[in-house]
Amino acid sequence: MPHFILVLILFLSTSIQASADDAIAMGKQLAFSQNKGNCLACHQIADGLMPGNIGPPLVRMKQRFQTKQQLQQQIWDASIKNPNTIMPPFGRNHLLTEQEIQMIVEFLWSL
Amino acid sequence: MLILLRYLITIIGISLYWHQVFADPQQDVKDYQQYYQQRFPNLSLQDYANGAYALDEKAKLNWLDIEEFPPYEQEIDQGSELFNTPFANGQSYASCFENGGIAIAQNYPYWDKKQQSVITLPLAINQCREKNQEPVLGYDSFDMLALTAYLAYTARGQTINIQIPEQDTKALAAYQQGKDYYFTRRGQLNFSCSHCHYQYPGYKLRSELLSPALGHTSHWPVYRAKWGGLGSLHRRFRGCHRQIKAKPEPQQCENYRNLEYFLSHMSNGIKLNGPSYRK
Ligand code: HEC
Ligand code: HEC
Repeated sequence: MPHFILVLILFLSTSIQASADDAIAMGKQLAFSQNKGNCLACHQIADGLMPGNIGPPLVRMKQRFQTKQQLQQQIWDASIKNPNTIMPPFGRNHLLTEQEIQMIVEFLWSL
Repeated sequence: MLILLRYLITIIGISLYWHQVFADPQQDVKDYQQYYQQRFPNLSLQDYANGAYALDEKAKLNWLDIEEFPPYEQEIDQGSELFNTPFANGQSYASCFENGGIAIAQNYPYWDKKQQSVITLPLAINQCREKNQEPVLGYDSFDMLALTAYLAYTARGQTINIQIPEQDTKALAAYQQGKDYYFTRRGQLNFSCSHCHYQYPGYKLRSELLSPALGHTSHWPVYRAKWGGLGSLHRRFRGCHRQIKAKPEPQQCENYRNLEYFLSHMSNGIKLNGPSYRK
């Protein structure tokens, strides 16, 4: 019986870990994809080729944002923080779904 | 709190609008040219005719190489031939234009008092055809592009000289509309023209170096490999609209003509160097 529980816990924890990794990988794909986030148009991001330089490099996100929620808001609608921003309001204008933005947040949080 | 913020933004918006309504085109030219000069102290006014190449020495050298044996040479020759071929009624294009059409592109677009409208060079060509009972040409057609390429070529070295007759409130309103259009956000990506070409020239959008709006009208039509030939300024407007997921407007619509009026006026003093090549 204890064995069984141990196995179960192990199984659950690896699968949670796996799904977090999945979200990060998918978030990366969404961020890099030209017809999804296309964040590289403006931001330097690790591993991204030929980035633009209109926005700041996306590094050390945990130091820049206190919560994932704040990071999510920057991507959902950057104009909340800066009304004059050039960064497209990805959530508000339906460029990305809530779920897609969530995955991008996971990816950025891992940087 | 949020309501207060909205209120504040509205007030700022209205005051900005107010400011624009009473804007003065002469003052605008001074302000814009000064803005770019402060932004890029190493560039002379004439450098702006070269678009993004003015900001990238290496790309500029490649470009100058291409311009030595330009891919649009044939179009200039054919444009000359078309321009000098009489219409069925025996009249000519030359009869429609000042100085027979030679070295006049620097004065376009202009405010036409009779028509109460901004008239661009491609539109003037079509109006000339209509006047002579010829069918109008499509704005992407070979003939139209060859004709405008030829007229641009004869005007190389002429100085852009757009007049806004300020005593004419409608002319001023057309200019103002063009200016407002330039600074208005649109499209799903929520950009205005000014974001890319006024706020961020010299920055890179992915691998594309953004060009300043100053000088944007100096060199049309343009030959692009991407287009597989020549294309018009309004085709470029449409492309930039598509880029920001906004609905492109038809070439030569009123909005685009007013936009061209504003943009060309901003470039007063720059020498024409069209047709030209762009990536
Ligand atoms: C057209 C340009 C542009 C695009 C495309 C763009 N951004 Fe931005 N981004 C900016 C600018 C400019 C800023 C600077 C702050 C501001 O103006 O909002 C910024 C700021 C940020 C910040 C805050 C950085 C910090 O350190 O404070 C994050 C996070 C961010 N962007 C993420 C993204 C993501 C994720 C995408 C794609 C889904 C994206 N951006 C696409 C222009 C852009
Ligand atoms: C998202 C960014 C963006 C926006 C918004 C944008 N453009 Fe562009 N535009 C570009 C890029 C990139 C190029 C190609 C590189 C260059 O020359 O700047 C370009 C090129 C041009 C050119 C050709 C420049 C030349 O030297 O031949 C013109 C003219 C132009 N844009 C006008 C406009 C107008 C008018 C608008 C608004 C209706 C607009 N653009 C909006 C990105 C943009």
